[in-house]
This record gives sequence, structure tokens and C-alpha cells, in this order.
Amino acid sequence: MNAVVSSPPVLQPVDVIDQLVGIAPGSALDQLRAQREQARTQAQQSYLALFAPTDSVAGHFEIADRFAVAAFVAGLHRQPDVARFYRETLAGKGVAQAIETEVARGAAQGPYGRYPEGPLSVEDDVGPVYAVDDAHRAVFGERLSAGLAHAHLLVFHPRDASPAALQALLDAGWRTTEIVTLSQLVAFLAFQIRVVIGLRALVTTSA
Amino acid sequence: MSTESTLNHPGNTHPRTFTQAQLEWRPWLEPLREDELTERHFAGLVDASRARSPYFRLLARDPDILGARTRTDKDIFYNPEAGLPRAERELSAAAASRFNGCIYCASVHARFASHFSQRTDDVQRLLDEGVQADLGARWNAIVEASVALSATPSTFGPAHVDALRAQGLDDLAIADVVHGAAFFNWANRLMLSLGEPQELAAA
Repeated sequence: MNAVVSSPPVLQPVDVIDQLVGIAPGSALDQLRAQREQARTQAQQSYLALFAPTDSVAGHFEIADRFAVAAFVAGLHRQPDVARFYRETLAGKGVAQAIETEVARGAAQGPYGRYPEGPLSVEDDVGPVYAVDDAHRAVFGERLSAGLAHAHLLVFHPRDASPAALQALLDAGWRTTEIVTLSQLVAFLAFQIRVVIGLRALVTTSA
Repeated sequence: MSTESTLNHPGNTHPRTFTQAQLEWRPWLEPLREDELTERHFAGLVDASRARSPYFRLLARDPDILGARTRTDKDIFYNPEAGLPRAERELSAAAASRFNGCIYCASVHARFASHFSQRTDDVQRLLDEGVQADLGARWNAIVEASVALSATPSTFGPAHVDALRAQGLDDLAIADVVHGAAFFNWANRLMLSLGEPQELAAA
């Protein structure tokens, strides 16, 4: 087991995107989201599938570790409210603080990365390659540390992805199915966070 | 000790440019075999025909998130009720994919954008010149909004909303731009990190 979470996470019954944007029932944005009811419902279902999976058919990626990765990813997007939402679940000092320090260490601007050699090479944009600080590897363990490094790759420079990056996860103890879930989790957050940002901007400019 | 390993495709002809041509995609991790798929996996695939795709058979390893994701995707892009015309939802997807550097996703959604708009040359300029290409005021506003939202950290804000309104988009259409671009920040990261595109031999 893992000591990342203080107690079983209490999942919000409310729609996470509505909560993070601050959408009140009956408001203009509530009515607007109702016109894409499936997109709204299934975005929430995606959140639940990742953070409250119904059974272990999809590997052994601890819920505690999922929230740690999420807090890291939201922090890298510099969305304090979203980061707080995912960090609230993490146990007191150790992990939450270590994640916060790693967010600061991992700060970058994306997307950057290399293209396959050829005409697009002129657009290559090299940026930092991140790894968890040695002092924090003991806090997270090798497996979660590798997961955080992969999350950083996906957040900022997915076009640098490679079989070697996946092999690093396998070498750290991730199995194929768990890598699929990790990839979905980071990629889903890239979506969820952007929907929150976009809808917030729409709220602030509403006539 | 894990016996699982990555898949490599040393003979693959990787596309070197953004293209509207049909591409294939080769996984770097082992997809499920078609004969391994259970009812639950098919529920995640939503369309049974997706069982033929190595991409979807790899994602089917976690069927619940795949199912929710697929249904999110369908409502954002295929819901015909009001909002942004289909061509421009595809434009937001293509712009995000061009910016993030996903040659595979860009090929699919540039093709759709061309199909629905009949503006194949403008779409090709987005691919050739990049997201700064001048595609006319309305498309420029959609591309700029999609790109700003795709940057990490995002630079999307009220000015982008105002620019879209100035081009005649109502709030639902603007929300469709947001969702189209945001969704491709999900899709691009999976496509780019779990495998590689493959150029098909010229017919």
C-alpha cells in the first residue's frame, strides 16, 4: 500500500468542471452546457473512471498515486484552483509538499519538442527534460517518480515521446495496462483544465 | 519482473511533414488481440468497428475511461444541434494538433475540415505554414483561440472570446471551439505518446 492519501478520497458528487468554473444551476453557462449534455456527463464519467474506477480490471495503479499525478499535472498547468482540488486529497505534509516543490522544479512552457528529421526540423524547439529530484524519489518511490517524469513529458513536450520513454515506465514497474491508464489520466486532465479555462473566460465576458 | 516490453517498428516510414493524406498508426505497446475483447471492452470501444484499430484496442485495456472518452468526443464533434458548424469544430481540432505537433491527428482532422468546408487549400496552408497562416478573419480567430488554449500554461482569455464574438460566434459556438481544441489536447497526447504514424505507400 501507499501512504500518499490520508484517508479514502471523498469524491465530489457534483460535476467537477461546473464546480471549478463556478457554474450555478440555472445560470446561462449551465443552460449552455445542457446543450451538450453527453459531453458534460461523459467528461464527469471520465473523471470518475480515472479517480474512482469500479474494479481492478484496469491494472493496479493506486488511487493515491493517481491523485498525486493529477496534483502535479494541474500544478504544471498553473491553475491554482484545479491544483488545489486534486491536492486536497493528498496526505498532509510529505507528499503534498513534495509535489508542490516538484511543480516548481518542473515549470516550463509547452508545447516544445523535436520532429522526425526532415522539413519540420526547423520547427524543433528544445526544452527541459524533467526527472524527480533525488531527495523526493524516496518520498514517491521509483514507480511514482517515473510516472511523474512521464506526466511532465506528456504535459509539455508530447512530441518527444518515444518507445524508450515507455520502456522507462515498464522498467520502473508499470505494466502496459497501467501505462494506458496513466496516459489517459494526464491527457484527460489536459482536456479538463482547458475546458475550465475556456468556460471561465466565457463567464467573465458574458453580457 | 515484467515480461512486457515496448514494440518497435524499425522499418516504418514515418511522415516527415503535415499532410491531409491517410496515415496509419503503429502502437508502441501491445494492444489487446481482437479475440481477447470482452463485452466490457466492446462497451469501451462504443463502435464495434473500432476493434479493428490497434489504437483503440490498446486503449481498450482500460475500457471504462475509453468509453467515457469516446462519448465525450462524439458529442463535441458530431452533435448537430446549433453551435459551431462541423467544419470549424474540425478546424479547432486540426489547429490544436498542428500546434502540439501531432502529425497523425492533424491529418485526420485537416481532412475532415477540408471535407466539410471545401477550403482544402486554406487547410493545407495551416499544415504547411503552421498556426500563423492567414486563413481569413473568422478562421484566424478560431485558430488563435485554439492555439492559446493549447499552450501550457494556457494563454486563452477574454480577448479570445471577444475576437470570436466579433466574428459572429455565439456562446455555444465559442464553447464548441473551446471543447474541440481542449479535446485534442487529450487526443494528441495519447496518439503522440503511445505510438507513431505511418505513411502509406503511394498508390
